[in-house]
Amino acid sequence: MSEEQEAVTVVKAPVYLKYNFTAGAAPARFLAQIKKGVLTGQRCPKCSAVYVPPRGSCGGCGVATEEEVVLSNKATVQSFTIVYIPIPNNPIQPPYIIANVVPDGANVSFIHLMSECVNEDVHIGARVEAVWKPKEEWGFAMDNIRYYRPIDEPNVPVDQIGKLSVTGLEG
Amino acid sequence: MKEIAIVGFQQSDSVSDAGAVNEVEMIMPVLSRVFQQVGINNAQDVGFVCSGSCDYLQGAAFAFVAGVDALGAVPPIKESHVEMDAAWALYESILKIRMGHADSALIYGFGKSSPGELPIVMSQQLDPYYLAPLWVDSISLAALQARLMLDQGLITERDMAEVVSRSRRNAMNNPHAQLAGDVAPDDVLAQEIYLSPLRKADICPVSDGASAMIIATVEKAKEWGLPYAIISGIDHCIETHNLGMRDLTDSVSTRTAAKRAGMGAGPVEVAELYAPFSHQEIILRRALGLSDETSINPSGGVLAGNMMMASGLSRIGEVFNRIVSGEVQRGIAHATSGPCLQHNLVTVLEKA
Repeated sequence: MSEEQEAVTVVKAPVYLKYNFTAGAAPARFLAQIKKGVLTGQRCPKCSAVYVPPRGSCGGCGVATEEEVVLSNKATVQSFTIVYIPIPNNPIQPPYIIANVVPDGANVSFIHLMSECVNEDVHIGARVEAVWKPKEEWGFAMDNIRYYRPIDEPNVPVDQIGKLSVTGLEG
Repeated sequence: MKEIAIVGFQQSDSVSDAGAVNEVEMIMPVLSRVFQQVGINNAQDVGFVCSGSCDYLQGAAFAFVAGVDALGAVPPIKESHVEMDAAWALYESILKIRMGHADSALIYGFGKSSPGELPIVMSQQLDPYYLAPLWVDSISLAALQARLMLDQGLITERDMAEVVSRSRRNAMNNPHAQLAGDVAPDDVLAQEIYLSPLRKADICPVSDGASAMIIATVEKAKEWGLPYAIISGIDHCIETHNLGMRDLTDSVSTRTAAKRAGMGAGPVEVAELYAPFSHQEIILRRALGLSDETSINPSGGVLAGNMMMASGLSRIGEVFNRIVSGEVQRGIAHATSGPCLQHNLVTVLEKA
């Protein structure tokens, strides 16, 4: 009498692949500057748009962004959301704010955290500034900027968001 | 049916490691050269754009979207993508033009293979279900295929070495080649076995690079006033995922695709075959019934440099270059995808 065997119905085959990731020449320049505590963008030679973080090309024009532009620590909130759901292993406790901020001197926004703020008071067009980690903690990473916090400056009208020069409202 | 012409082709050097550049930075110089060749500004000046790339090479979902940043896609353009070699992006573009939705198209393919472990990346990408749990890589699968050929007496190791030797010597005339040199078959046979029965020289190198092509209706090509070659036929066929059900010593799908593309309607002066392994060139040559009259892989083929997702398009571009230069009047280009020549595309090109 042969021994009955259970049918195999599931095979687990986890996929793990290793890569040596390279950010790209333009992002590498950006990261080298942020390691030094300087936020930079790159300007399109055709349409003059300043990208941050630069990825190597102006997506609109399809040309390389060569010219490096030093950006302000001040920025404007372009949009935001209040996060209420806790994310496993995330040290930040909800509710907190994730915002798209445009640094003065740049024309595109990036996503970052907001803190030192009353969540309910955050609004589109609000003026904020970068709060950096202590210098000794700076690495090749965006989180050298710990978060953005509100500053006491007039709101930026919606049609002016992403158009301020590096000197901010005065420019 | 609308006749379709190739009017421009450019490719980057095939390099073992493109270094710090990302994909967009790798594509832009090639696109800029093909725009210049055709005399247009950017992708705004063609009716359709289609790219071929593979997110698994970068290990990032939707990585192909970054390629669009090289195009100048504002205001919006008609754009598509295949998760395949750009030879299939050419196929899609031809359909688009034949349907009357465009009168010209830009096709580009790119791949930075150096960051990952390519042989295992390829087998995991193309077959997530059947053989993936075994973690068998693309070189091992090709080695099994070569073993079948040798054991059945269909080829000898010297036959394979002769393919490598011709590739290395032809590649000496190809400025984009990664591996070139005056290598004799005996030099190849003197190498140690890498993965039995394959020597390293039997295997295409891992390469980074990109290529780009512009096609148009014949009317548009004449309007642009450019030298062109006609794509008189293109077809592709695929075989089953299950390697055990295929005759790995033959390439039925290549033969069928060539027949349907009309290869037999005239002489084949040149054939650029996408054979990532030396024995596969012999399989393809036999499947296509090519005689000694045909010049095989005058560029050196992919044994001289294998830009994933671009080399299939480059095979077509190599034949285009030879027709436009007046070297030949008619030729074929072959592209492949999948383990052991699973999926094959054949393009027939003719002098205008």
